[in-house]
Amino acid sequence: METPEQIRDRLLARFPAAKVELVTNPGTAAEHSLLLDAAHARDIALFLRDDPALRLDYCSNVTGVDWPEKKTAVSAPKTAVPTLVERVDPNALPGTPAPASALGSTRSTPANDSGNYLEAVYHLYSMALKHGPVIIRLRTGNRTDRVTLPSLTPVWRAADFQEREIFDLYGIVFAGHPDLRRLLMWDEFQDHPMRRDYVAPDDFEWEPTPHGDVHERAKGHYPTTEGLKG
Amino acid sequence: MSEPAHHTPFPSAGNISDAEREDLRRHGILISSLEELYGWGRSNSIWPLQFGLACCAIEMIAAATARFDIARFGAEIFRPSPRQADLMIVSGTVTKKMAPQVVRLWNQMPEPKYCIAMGACAISGGPFKQGYNVLKGIDRFIPVDIYIPGCPPRPEALLHGLTQLQDKIRAERISGPQAARHLQPDAASEFPVPDFGAHDLQPPSNPNLFTAPVLPRKA
Repeated sequence: METPEQIRDRLLARFPAAKVELVTNPGTAAEHSLLLDAAHARDIALFLRDDPALRLDYCSNVTGVDWPEKKTAVSAPKTAVPTLVERVDPNALPGTPAPASALGSTRSTPANDSGNYLEAVYHLYSMALKHGPVIIRLRTGNRTDRVTLPSLTPVWRAADFQEREIFDLYGIVFAGHPDLRRLLMWDEFQDHPMRRDYVAPDDFEWEPTPHGDVHERAKGHYPTTEGLKG
Repeated sequence: MSEPAHHTPFPSAGNISDAEREDLRRHGILISSLEELYGWGRSNSIWPLQFGLACCAIEMIAAATARFDIARFGAEIFRPSPRQADLMIVSGTVTKKMAPQVVRLWNQMPEPKYCIAMGACAISGGPFKQGYNVLKGIDRFIPVDIYIPGCPPRPEALLHGLTQLQDKIRAERISGPQAARHLQPDAASEFPVPDFGAHDLQPPSNPNLFTAPVLPRKA
Protein backbone atom coordinates (compact mmCIF):
# COMPACT_ATOMS: atom_id res chain seq x y z
CA MET A 1 0.00 0.00 0.00
CA GLU A 2 1.10 3.56 -0.56
CA THR A 3 2.49 5.47 2.37
CA PRO A 4 0.40 8.32 3.78
CA GLU A 5 2.84 10.75 2.20
CA GLN A 6 2.26 9.22 -1.23
CA ILE A 7 -1.49 9.27 -0.75
CA ARG A 8 -1.31 12.90 0.32
CA ASP A 9 0.72 13.82 -2.74
CA ARG A 10 -1.67 12.03 -5.04
CA LEU A 11 -4.65 13.71 -3.37
CA LEU A 12 -3.03 17.13 -3.75
CA ALA A 13 -2.36 16.42 -7.42
CA ARG A 14 -5.92 15.23 -7.97
CA PHE A 15 -7.57 18.00 -5.90
CA PRO A 16 -5.37 21.07 -6.26
CA ALA A 17 -7.73 23.27 -4.25
CA ALA A 18 -7.91 20.90 -1.33
CA LYS A 19 -5.88 21.13 1.82
CA VAL A 20 -4.43 17.79 2.86
CA GLU A 21 -2.03 17.63 5.75
CA LEU A 22 -0.14 14.73 7.25
CA VAL A 23 -0.68 14.34 10.99
CA THR A 24 2.11 12.23 12.36
CA ASN A 25 1.69 9.79 15.18
CA PRO A 26 4.75 9.82 17.42
CA GLY A 27 3.97 6.46 19.00
CA THR A 28 5.57 3.18 18.05
CA ALA A 29 2.55 2.28 15.95
CA ALA A 30 3.30 5.34 13.80
CA GLU A 31 -0.16 5.35 12.30
CA HIS A 32 0.00 8.68 10.55
CA SER A 33 -3.21 10.20 9.36
CA LEU A 34 -4.40 12.63 6.75
CA LEU A 35 -6.12 15.80 7.86
CA LEU A 36 -8.65 16.85 5.22
CA ASP A 37 -10.41 20.14 4.92
CA ALA A 38 -14.14 19.92 5.29
CA ALA A 39 -14.95 21.46 1.92
CA HIS A 40 -13.32 18.67 -0.08
CA ALA A 41 -13.74 15.81 2.35
CA ARG A 42 -16.67 14.20 0.53
CA ASP A 43 -14.90 14.26 -2.85
CA ILE A 44 -11.67 12.96 -1.37
CA ALA A 45 -13.53 10.21 0.44
CA LEU A 46 -15.16 9.11 -2.79
CA PHE A 47 -11.77 9.15 -4.44
CA LEU A 48 -10.23 7.03 -1.69
CA ARG A 49 -13.08 4.55 -1.99
CA ASP A 50 -13.02 4.26 -5.78
CA ASP A 51 -9.37 4.74 -6.67
CA PRO A 52 -8.17 1.44 -8.18
CA ALA A 53 -4.90 1.52 -6.27
CA LEU A 54 -6.56 2.14 -2.91
CA ARG A 55 -10.16 0.88 -3.04
CA LEU A 56 -10.77 1.68 0.61
CA ASP A 57 -14.19 0.10 0.60
CA TYR A 58 -14.48 -0.59 4.34
CA CYS A 59 -14.89 2.09 6.98
CA SER A 60 -13.92 0.14 10.07
CA ASN A 61 -14.22 2.78 12.74
CA VAL A 62 -15.29 6.35 13.22
CA THR A 63 -14.56 8.14 16.44
CA GLY A 64 -14.54 11.61 17.84
CA VAL A 65 -11.79 13.45 19.68
CA ASP A 66 -12.20 16.56 21.77
CA TRP A 67 -9.30 18.98 21.79
CA PRO A 68 -10.15 21.77 24.21
CA GLU A 69 -8.24 24.99 24.07
CA LYS A 70 -4.90 24.79 25.78
CA LYS A 71 -4.50 27.31 28.55
CA THR A 72 -0.76 27.04 29.17
CA ALA A 73 2.23 27.20 26.90
CA VAL A 74 3.03 23.82 25.37
CA SER A 75 6.75 24.00 24.74
CA ALA A 76 8.81 23.89 27.89
CA PRO A 77 12.38 25.15 27.81
CA LYS A 78 14.72 22.31 27.03
CA THR A 79 17.21 21.25 29.63
CA ALA A 80 20.21 19.04 29.42
CA VAL A 81 18.54 16.13 31.21
CA PRO A 82 15.62 14.78 29.18
CA THR A 83 12.42 14.80 31.19
CA LEU A 84 9.38 12.65 30.76
CA VAL A 85 7.61 15.51 29.03
CA GLU A 86 10.36 15.71 26.47
CA ARG A 87 10.41 12.04 25.83
CA VAL A 88 6.83 12.11 24.62
CA ASP A 89 7.70 15.06 22.42
CA PRO A 90 7.47 13.79 18.83
CA ASN A 91 10.69 15.47 17.81
CA ALA A 92 12.61 13.66 20.51
CA LEU A 93 11.51 10.22 19.37
CA PRO A 94 13.66 8.31 16.93
CA GLY A 95 12.06 7.15 13.74
CA THR A 96 9.54 9.93 13.42
CA PRO A 97 9.34 11.82 10.14
CA ALA A 98 11.36 14.93 9.61
CA PRO A 99 10.22 18.21 11.20
CA ALA A 100 7.40 20.17 9.69
CA SER A 101 9.60 22.53 7.75
CA ALA A 102 11.29 19.74 5.82
CA LEU A 103 8.13 18.05 4.60
CA GLY A 104 6.21 21.13 3.61
CA SER A 105 2.61 20.45 4.56
CA THR A 106 3.44 17.88 7.21
CA ARG A 107 1.86 18.76 10.53
CA SER A 108 2.83 17.63 13.93
CA THR A 109 0.47 16.11 16.45
CA PRO A 110 -2.15 18.23 18.18
CA ALA A 111 0.19 18.41 21.15
CA ASN A 112 1.86 21.35 19.50
CA ASP A 113 -1.14 23.46 18.57
CA SER A 114 -3.59 25.30 20.72
CA GLY A 115 -6.56 22.98 20.26
CA ASN A 116 -10.11 24.30 20.52
CA TYR A 117 -11.67 22.03 17.94
CA LEU A 118 -13.38 18.66 17.62
CA GLU A 119 -12.14 15.89 15.40
CA ALA A 120 -13.79 13.02 13.60
CA VAL A 121 -11.36 10.21 12.78
CA TYR A 122 -12.13 7.57 10.16
CA HIS A 123 -10.20 4.30 9.87
CA LEU A 124 -10.43 2.93 6.35
CA TYR A 125 -9.46 -0.48 5.05
CA SER A 126 -9.70 -2.23 1.72
CA MET A 127 -11.45 -5.56 1.71
CA ALA A 128 -10.77 -5.97 -2.00
CA LEU A 129 -7.04 -5.31 -1.85
CA LYS A 130 -6.48 -6.47 1.74
CA HIS A 131 -4.69 -3.41 3.01
CA GLY A 132 -5.14 -0.63 5.47
CA PRO A 133 -5.68 1.26 7.54
CA VAL A 134 -5.72 4.68 6.01
CA ILE A 135 -6.74 7.18 8.66
CA ILE A 136 -8.39 10.45 7.77
CA ARG A 137 -9.33 13.24 10.13
CA LEU A 138 -11.77 16.10 9.89
CA ARG A 139 -11.62 19.10 12.19
CA THR A 140 -14.32 21.54 13.15
CA GLY A 141 -13.72 25.27 13.28
CA ASN A 142 -14.21 25.45 17.03
CA ARG A 143 -16.10 23.68 19.79
CA THR A 144 -19.19 25.86 20.05
CA ASP A 145 -20.82 27.22 16.90
CA ARG A 146 -18.70 26.00 13.99
CA VAL A 147 -19.10 22.28 14.59
CA THR A 148 -20.47 21.15 11.24
CA LEU A 149 -18.57 18.58 9.21
CA PRO A 150 -19.61 16.81 6.03
CA SER A 151 -21.07 13.38 6.68
CA LEU A 152 -19.26 10.50 5.05
CA THR A 153 -22.20 8.13 5.52
CA PRO A 154 -23.17 8.58 1.84
CA VAL A 155 -19.69 7.24 1.01
CA TRP A 156 -19.42 4.49 3.63
CA ARG A 157 -22.74 3.27 4.95
CA ALA A 158 -20.94 1.83 7.99
CA ALA A 159 -20.37 5.34 9.30
CA ASP A 160 -24.10 5.81 9.97
CA PHE A 161 -24.39 4.84 13.63
CA GLN A 162 -20.88 5.94 14.49
CA GLU A 163 -21.45 9.44 13.18
CA ARG A 164 -24.68 9.49 15.17
CA GLU A 165 -22.71 8.48 18.25
CA ILE A 166 -20.20 11.28 17.65
CA PHE A 167 -23.06 13.72 17.18
CA ASP A 168 -24.51 12.50 20.45
CA LEU A 169 -21.38 12.41 22.60
CA TYR A 170 -19.21 15.14 21.05
CA GLY A 171 -21.70 17.43 19.37
CA ILE A 172 -20.29 17.37 15.84
CA VAL A 173 -23.11 18.02 13.35
CA PHE A 174 -22.67 15.90 10.23
CA ALA A 175 -24.17 17.71 7.27
CA GLY A 176 -25.73 15.31 4.80
CA HIS A 177 -26.25 12.50 7.28
CA PRO A 178 -29.48 10.68 6.39
CA ASP A 179 -30.70 10.24 9.97
CA LEU A 180 -28.83 12.43 12.40
CA ARG A 181 -30.36 11.74 15.80
CA ARG A 182 -28.85 11.02 19.18
CA LEU A 183 -27.86 7.38 19.48
CA LEU A 184 -27.13 6.67 23.15
CA MET A 185 -28.68 9.52 25.10
CA TRP A 186 -32.30 10.57 24.89
CA ASP A 187 -33.45 13.18 22.41
CA GLU A 188 -34.17 15.80 25.08
CA PHE A 189 -30.61 15.61 26.38
CA GLN A 190 -28.63 18.76 25.67
CA ASP A 191 -25.06 17.97 26.75
CA HIS A 192 -22.27 16.09 25.04
CA PRO A 193 -20.87 13.74 27.68
CA MET A 194 -17.59 12.81 26.02
CA ARG A 195 -16.39 16.39 25.86
CA ARG A 196 -13.63 17.11 28.30
CA ASP A 197 -15.50 19.94 30.00
CA TYR A 198 -18.71 17.96 30.54
CA VAL A 199 -19.92 17.92 34.14
CA ALA A 200 -22.13 14.96 35.00
CA PRO A 201 -25.15 15.42 37.28
CA ASP A 202 -24.14 15.27 40.92
CA ASP A 203 -26.10 12.34 42.36
CA PHE A 204 -23.48 11.03 44.72
CA GLU A 205 -25.55 11.57 47.85
CA TRP A 206 -25.38 7.91 48.92
CA GLU A 207 -21.78 6.77 48.96
CA PRO A 208 -21.05 4.25 51.72
CA THR A 209 -17.39 3.75 50.82
CA PRO A 210 -16.28 6.75 48.78
CA HIS A 211 -12.78 6.87 47.41
CA GLY A 212 -10.97 8.57 44.58
CA ASP A 213 -13.11 10.80 42.42
CA VAL A 214 -16.28 9.57 44.11
CA HIS A 215 -14.86 10.77 47.42
CA GLU A 216 -14.44 14.24 45.99
CA ARG A 217 -17.95 14.23 44.58
CA ALA A 218 -19.47 12.91 47.83
CA LYS A 219 -17.83 15.61 49.95
CA GLY A 220 -20.39 18.13 48.78
CA HIS A 221 -23.17 16.00 50.17
CA TYR A 222 -21.49 15.26 53.49
CA PRO A 223 -20.32 18.39 55.21
CA THR A 224 -18.31 16.50 57.80
CA THR A 225 -15.49 15.73 55.46
CA GLU A 226 -13.05 14.87 58.26
CA GLY A 227 -15.07 11.84 59.12
CA LEU A 228 -15.20 10.51 55.58
CA LYS A 229 -11.96 8.65 56.00
CA GLY A 230 -13.07 6.69 59.01
CA MET B 1 -54.61 -14.45 67.44
CA SER B 2 -51.15 -13.72 68.67
CA GLU B 3 -48.70 -12.25 66.20
CA PRO B 4 -45.22 -13.67 66.51
CA ALA B 5 -42.66 -11.02 67.15
CA HIS B 6 -40.39 -12.33 64.44
CA HIS B 7 -40.91 -14.44 61.39
CA THR B 8 -41.18 -18.21 61.83
CA PRO B 9 -41.01 -20.48 58.81
CA PHE B 10 -44.43 -21.94 59.47
CA PRO B 11 -46.60 -19.42 61.26
CA SER B 12 -48.75 -20.83 63.99
CA ALA B 13 -52.44 -21.24 63.37
CA GLY B 14 -54.42 -19.74 66.20
CA ASN B 15 -53.01 -20.29 69.63
CA ILE B 16 -51.61 -23.71 68.91
CA SER B 17 -47.89 -23.81 69.18
CA ASP B 18 -45.72 -25.36 66.54
CA ALA B 19 -44.91 -28.25 68.87
CA GLU B 20 -48.56 -29.03 69.47
CA ARG B 21 -49.28 -28.77 65.79
CA GLU B 22 -46.44 -31.14 65.00
CA ASP B 23 -47.84 -33.53 67.61
CA LEU B 24 -51.25 -33.40 65.95
CA ARG B 25 -49.67 -33.94 62.52
CA ARG B 26 -48.18 -37.22 63.74
CA HIS B 27 -51.69 -38.29 64.54
CA GLY B 28 -52.85 -37.48 61.03
CA ILE B 29 -54.46 -34.13 61.80
CA LEU B 30 -53.30 -31.19 59.70
CA ILE B 31 -54.05 -27.74 61.03
CA SER B 32 -53.40 -24.73 58.90
CA SER B 33 -54.65 -21.22 58.34
CA LEU B 34 -55.86 -19.36 55.30
CA GLU B 35 -52.92 -17.04 55.76
CA GLU B 36 -50.46 -19.89 55.71
CA LEU B 37 -52.04 -21.53 52.68
CA TYR B 38 -52.19 -18.20 50.88
CA GLY B 39 -48.55 -17.48 51.50
CA TRP B 40 -47.49 -21.02 50.73
CA GLY B 41 -49.27 -20.98 47.41
CA ARG B 42 -48.03 -17.56 46.37
CA SER B 43 -44.45 -18.14 47.43
CA ASN B 44 -44.18 -21.27 45.34
CA SER B 45 -45.54 -19.83 42.12
CA ILE B 46 -43.61 -16.61 41.60
CA TRP B 47 -43.67 -15.70 37.95
CA PRO B 48 -40.76 -13.41 37.07
CA LEU B 49 -40.93 -10.86 34.33
CA GLN B 50 -38.82 -11.99 31.41
CA PHE B 51 -36.42 -9.18 30.76
CA GLY B 52 -32.73 -8.60 31.25
CA LEU B 53 -30.63 -5.48 31.20
CA ALA B 54 -27.01 -6.62 31.17
CA CYS B 55 -24.67 -9.45 32.10
CA CYS B 56 -26.62 -10.33 35.27
CA ALA B 57 -29.36 -11.46 32.92
CA ILE B 58 -27.00 -14.16 31.65
CA GLU B 59 -26.73 -15.50 35.20
CA MET B 60 -30.51 -15.27 35.50
CA ILE B 61 -30.85 -17.31 32.32
CA ALA B 62 -28.35 -19.81 33.71
CA ALA B 63 -30.48 -20.08 36.86
CA ALA B 64 -33.38 -21.15 34.66
CA THR B 65 -31.42 -23.92 32.98
CA ALA B 66 -31.39 -27.55 34.10
CA ARG B 67 -28.11 -27.22 35.98
CA PHE B 68 -29.47 -24.74 38.53
CA ASP B 69 -33.16 -25.20 37.79
CA ILE B 70 -35.13 -22.30 39.22
CA ALA B 71 -38.20 -24.52 38.60
CA ARG B 72 -37.39 -26.27 41.88
CA PHE B 73 -38.74 -23.14 43.55
CA GLY B 74 -41.70 -22.65 41.27
CA ALA B 75 -40.33 -19.57 39.58
CA GLU B 76 -39.52 -20.96 36.17
CA ILE B 77 -42.40 -19.34 34.29
CA PHE B 78 -40.79 -16.21 32.94
CA ARG B 79 -43.63 -14.11 31.58
CA PRO B 80 -43.15 -11.94 28.53
CA SER B 81 -45.86 -9.54 29.70
CA PRO B 82 -45.79 -7.45 32.87
CA ARG B 83 -49.53 -8.09 33.25
CA GLN B 84 -48.79 -11.73 34.05
CA ALA B 85 -45.72 -11.30 36.22
CA ASP B 86 -45.32 -11.24 40.01
CA LEU B 87 -41.62 -10.52 40.26
CA MET B 88 -39.36 -8.03 38.57
CA ILE B 89 -35.73 -9.15 38.59
CA VAL B 90 -33.74 -6.03 37.72
CA SER B 91 -30.77 -7.88 36.32
CA GLY B 92 -28.11 -5.48 35.19
CA THR B 93 -27.12 -1.87 34.75
CA VAL B 94 -30.07 0.48 34.60
CA THR B 95 -29.17 3.33 32.30
CA LYS B 96 -30.94 6.60 32.75
CA LYS B 97 -32.36 6.14 29.29
CA MET B 98 -33.83 2.77 30.32
CA ALA B 99 -35.04 3.76 33.80
CA PRO B 100 -38.41 5.24 32.73
CA GLN B 101 -39.22 2.06 30.85
CA VAL B 102 -38.34 -0.08 33.88
CA VAL B 103 -40.58 2.04 36.11
CA ARG B 104 -43.35 1.84 33.53
CA LEU B 105 -43.07 -1.97 33.44
CA TRP B 106 -43.24 -2.01 37.22
CA ASN B 107 -46.39 0.11 37.13
CA GLN B 108 -47.94 -2.28 34.62
CA MET B 109 -47.42 -5.29 36.86
CA PRO B 110 -50.49 -6.19 38.95
CA GLU B 111 -50.32 -6.52 42.72
CA PRO B 112 -49.00 -8.40 44.56
CA LYS B 113 -45.63 -7.71 43.01
CA TYR B 114 -42.07 -7.90 44.22
CA CYS B 115 -38.74 -6.58 43.04
CA ILE B 116 -35.29 -8.13 43.25
CA ALA B 117 -32.30 -5.87 42.57
CA MET B 118 -29.80 -8.35 41.16
CA GLY B 119 -26.16 -7.37 41.13
CA ALA B 120 -24.10 -4.35 42.02
CA CYS B 121 -25.40 -2.23 39.15
CA ALA B 122 -29.07 -2.59 39.99
CA ILE B 123 -28.28 -1.89 43.64
CA SER B 124 -26.03 1.15 43.31
CA GLY B 125 -24.76 1.56 39.77
CA GLY B 126 -21.91 -0.80 40.56
CA PRO B 127 -18.66 -0.40 38.68
CA PHE B 128 -20.34 2.01 36.27
CA LYS B 129 -21.79 4.37 38.85
CA GLN B 130 -19.62 7.26 37.73
CA GLY B 131 -21.00 6.94 34.21
CA TYR B 132 -23.02 9.88 33.02
CA ASN B 133 -25.88 7.63 31.91
CA VAL B 134 -26.02 5.14 34.79
CA LEU B 135 -28.77 5.19 37.39
CA LYS B 136 -27.25 4.77 40.84
CA GLY B 137 -29.64 2.08 42.01
CA ILE B 138 -33.12 1.14 40.86
CA ASP B 139 -34.38 1.74 44.41
CA ARG B 140 -34.38 5.42 43.56
CA PHE B 141 -37.56 4.83 41.58
CA ILE B 142 -39.20 1.53 42.59
CA PRO B 143 -39.31 -0.29 45.95
CA VAL B 144 -36.87 -3.18 46.15
CA ASP B 145 -37.63 -6.23 48.31
CA ILE B 146 -34.43 -8.23 47.95
CA TYR B 147 -30.91 -7.03 47.15
CA ILE B 148 -28.55 -9.64 45.73
CA PRO B 149 -24.93 -8.46 45.79
CA GLY B 150 -22.42 -9.71 43.27
CA CYS B 151 -20.93 -8.71 39.98
CA PRO B 152 -22.66 -10.66 38.65
CA PRO B 153 -24.19 -12.86 41.35
CA ARG B 154 -23.91 -16.56 40.69
CA PRO B 155 -27.13 -18.44 39.90
CA GLU B 156 -27.00 -19.90 43.41
CA ALA B 157 -27.09 -16.36 44.77
CA LEU B 158 -30.16 -15.62 42.71
CA LEU B 159 -31.78 -18.80 44.01
CA HIS B 160 -30.87 -17.77 47.54
CA GLY B 161 -32.43 -14.38 46.95
CA LEU B 162 -35.51 -16.11 45.61
CA THR B 163 -35.84 -18.28 48.70
CA GLN B 164 -35.39 -15.18 50.84
CA LEU B 165 -38.24 -13.60 48.92
CA GLN B 166 -40.31 -16.75 49.47
CA ASP B 167 -39.72 -16.45 53.20
CA LYS B 168 -40.75 -12.82 53.01
CA ILE B 169 -43.96 -13.70 51.17
CA ARG B 170 -44.81 -16.50 53.62
CA ALA B 171 -44.40 -14.09 56.53
CA GLU B 172 -46.84 -11.57 55.11
CA ARG B 173 -50.13 -11.11 56.94
CA ILE B 174 -53.43 -10.93 55.14
CA SER B 175 -55.08 -8.61 57.65
CA GLY B 176 -54.29 -6.26 60.43
CA PRO B 177 -51.82 -3.43 60.65
CA GLN B 178 -48.99 -5.68 59.46
CA ALA B 179 -50.88 -6.76 56.36
CA ALA B 180 -48.97 -7.16 53.13
CA ARG B 181 -48.41 -4.02 51.10
CA HIS B 182 -50.77 -5.03 48.33
CA LEU B 183 -53.59 -5.48 50.86
CA GLN B 184 -53.25 -2.01 52.30
CA PRO B 185 -55.63 0.28 50.43
CA ASP B 186 -53.48 3.37 50.75
CA ALA B 187 -50.15 1.79 49.84
CA ALA B 188 -48.65 3.02 46.61
CA SER B 189 -48.79 0.61 43.72
CA GLU B 190 -47.76 2.89 40.89
CA PHE B 191 -44.75 5.12 40.99
CA PRO B 192 -44.13 8.26 38.95
CA VAL B 193 -42.20 7.65 35.76
CA PRO B 194 -39.27 10.06 35.48
CA ASP B 195 -39.06 12.36 32.50
CA PHE B 196 -36.08 12.84 30.23
CA GLY B 197 -34.64 16.19 31.23
CA ALA B 198 -32.08 18.39 29.55
CA HIS B 199 -29.24 17.17 31.77
CA ASP B 200 -30.62 14.33 33.90
CA LEU B 201 -33.78 12.45 34.68
CA GLN B 202 -36.52 14.62 36.16
CA PRO B 203 -36.78 14.02 39.04
CA PRO B 204 -33.42 12.25 39.53
CA SER B 205 -35.03 10.05 42.19
CA ASN B 206 -38.44 9.53 43.74
CA PRO B 207 -38.35 11.66 46.92
CA ASN B 208 -41.19 9.66 48.49
CA LEU B 209 -39.24 6.46 48.04
CA PHE B 210 -35.56 7.25 48.20
CA THR B 211 -33.71 9.29 50.74
CA ALA B 212 -30.00 8.88 51.14
CA PRO B 213 -29.30 7.05 54.40
CA VAL B 214 -27.45 8.96 57.07
CA LEU B 215 -23.96 7.60 57.24
CA PRO B 216 -22.62 6.67 60.68
CA ARG B 217 -19.55 8.83 60.40
CA LYS B 218 -17.96 10.89 63.10
CA ALA B 219 -17.89 14.61 62.64
